[in-house]
Amino acid sequence: MQTFTYERVRTPAEAAAAAARTPGAKFLAGGTNLLDLMKLEIETPAHIIDVGKVGLDKIEPTPAGGLRIGALVTNTDLADHRTVRRDYGLLSRALLAGASGQLRNKATTAGNLLQRTRCPYFYDTNQRCNKREPGSGCAAIAGYSRQLGIIGTSDACIATHPSDMAVAMRALDAEVETVKANGTTRTIPLAQFYRLPGQTPHLETTLEKNELITAVLLPPPVGGVHIYQKVRDRSSYAFALVSVGAILQQDGSGRIAVGGVAPRPWRVETAEKLLPAGAKAFTAQLLQGARPTKENAYKLALVENTVAAVLNEGKH
Amino acid sequence: MDESNDYLFSRREMLVSTTLAVTGLALLNVTGAEAAPVPVSLAKVSFAVNGKPHQLELDTRTTLLDTLREHLHLTGTKKGCDHGQCGACTVLVNGRRINSCLSLALQHEDDAITTIEGLGTPDKLHPMQAAFIKHDGYQCGYCTPGQICSAVAVLAEIRAGMPSHVSASLLEPPRATNMELRERMSGNICRCGAYSNIAEAMSEVAGKDA
Ligand SMILES: Cc1cc2nc3c(=O)[nH]c(=O)nc-3n(C[C@H](O)[C@H](O)[C@H](O)COP(=O)(O)OP(=O)(O)OC[C@H]3O[C@@H](n4cnc5c(N)ncnc54)[C@H](O)[C@@H]3O)c2cc1C
Ligand code: SF4
Ligand code: FES
Ligand code: FES
Repeated sequence: MQTFTYERVRTPAEAAAAAARTPGAKFLAGGTNLLDLMKLEIETPAHIIDVGKVGLDKIEPTPAGGLRIGALVTNTDLADHRTVRRDYGLLSRALLAGASGQLRNKATTAGNLLQRTRCPYFYDTNQRCNKREPGSGCAAIAGYSRQLGIIGTSDACIATHPSDMAVAMRALDAEVETVKANGTTRTIPLAQFYRLPGQTPHLETTLEKNELITAVLLPPPVGGVHIYQKVRDRSSYAFALVSVGAILQQDGSGRIAVGGVAPRPWRVETAEKLLPAGAKAFTAQLLQGARPTKENAYKLALVENTVAAVLNEGKH
Repeated sequence: MDESNDYLFSRREMLVSTTLAVTGLALLNVTGAEAAPVPVSLAKVSFAVNGKPHQLELDTRTTLLDTLREHLHLTGTKKGCDHGQCGACTVLVNGRRINSCLSLALQHEDDAITTIEGLGTPDKLHPMQAAFIKHDGYQCGYCTPGQICSAVAVLAEIRAGMPSHVSASLLEPPRATNMELRERMSGNICRCGAYSNIAEAMSEVAGKDA
């Protein structure tokens, strides 16, 4: 790990100001992704701003009837929250399908959204990777790509965003609330939060430099049956090959976001109109324009079959 | 502290590229320029380990795991992968289990940390330690301190009503079934494959709890 200076901040405003003041600074929340990458010197911040104790650790009702989830709420506390379990079951289910008990105790809401979009070659500093070293090439495309993306990818990068939580948040129409270094705040719909890689896979979100996430906002609950189905190589403690997060209504309508296939949770609202027609029609529209590699083309069928299983489960 | 006077020097080869846009002579590479040695950066932190308060001044990079093992000489906690993948480094922080390898010591200001040494002693074993012995919950023993810390926290999570991936309902209190224990322990890998005996040890302690 490269050496860095360290500071602990007490308020969101202090955090944003500290970041603006110090070039090469990074926020540290749980640390489960950032420290992992710092150990490999893939991330090399010169200064760490520890936001662990800025007090953004509450889950509160909003005036609109939704929920405001503090950026520092742990994945464990979010999955366990009474209102989330009752009204946003999809979110609890997605969180509980991710990582391990130890990691979820440490991982935070903002950190989970901002974990790097990545692939095994990104971690191997002997390999070419446009995300790690822009312009160096991508070892994954012609390499071992079985786990990687099939849609929204580019000739420069086919990595997937690994978060389970983000898939649920996308189906729930969550918004990300932030504060910039100059003190201004804004909210970004999750649909506009992640960039597609194009020729710049090292840029993953629409956040500005030094912009701090303060909360994630959920709109009022929409009812329905909530299902998160994660398909993986072992039944626990593994990233998704494909995951399907669904909210299904009795009249056959619904929302579905898919994980494990793209550089962001993959949801196509127009395809959802086809849900009453079944998994095949819906998936064809959802994955229109997919560009799988030879090794991960199986994901096309896996998405369709998983959607079919989820629709079936929703009927019972 | 032990290493407060140590300075780490790193000799880095730097690649400096300058773009000469006007002349069209694209790049001028100057290699081999030597970076100045980078001194370590130190910071202070206080926390309690197994009830005993500590004030430390550490290289900012020091993980909680290395602090426990190398500075406080509590070597019960083990390093397996150092990347959050195996669970050998599991300790309890304010009653919750975490991977101490993916946490900086500095993140634990004012925290109460419990390691395997704090759960019980050879003369006064924690019930989970006794159950691991009774049920042969280990072979080589390397993963065991992490397994035991995790197991103690898992039973507390079930008692607190926290659901898991395999809980049929998010609203009913979970029970300490074999499936529940296995799912909740999936962050602790055992190279020797003592899993079924670990689950039995946990079931016995869970039964006594009930
Ligand atoms: C072995 C292993 C298995 C895993 N398995 C899964 C899995 O199955 N499913 C899954 O979804 N995830 C998985 N994860 C990833 C895990 O969920 C993430 O590491 C975690 O959610 C990151 O949260 P954190 O708080 O620790 O982030 P940190 O590591 O602290 O931060 C991550 C990034 O976010 C930035 N950041 C943090 N907070 C803020 C803020 N408030 N504002 C702006 N920037 C901020 C940091 O600067 C950093 O760049 C796994 C991780 C490991 C190590
Ligand atoms: S897929 Fe993306 S992250 Fe993986 S090697 Fe290629 S550029 Fe890097
Ligand atoms: S050493 Fe920490 S999880 Fe492996
Ligand atoms: S007892 Fe040997 S690794 Fe678990």
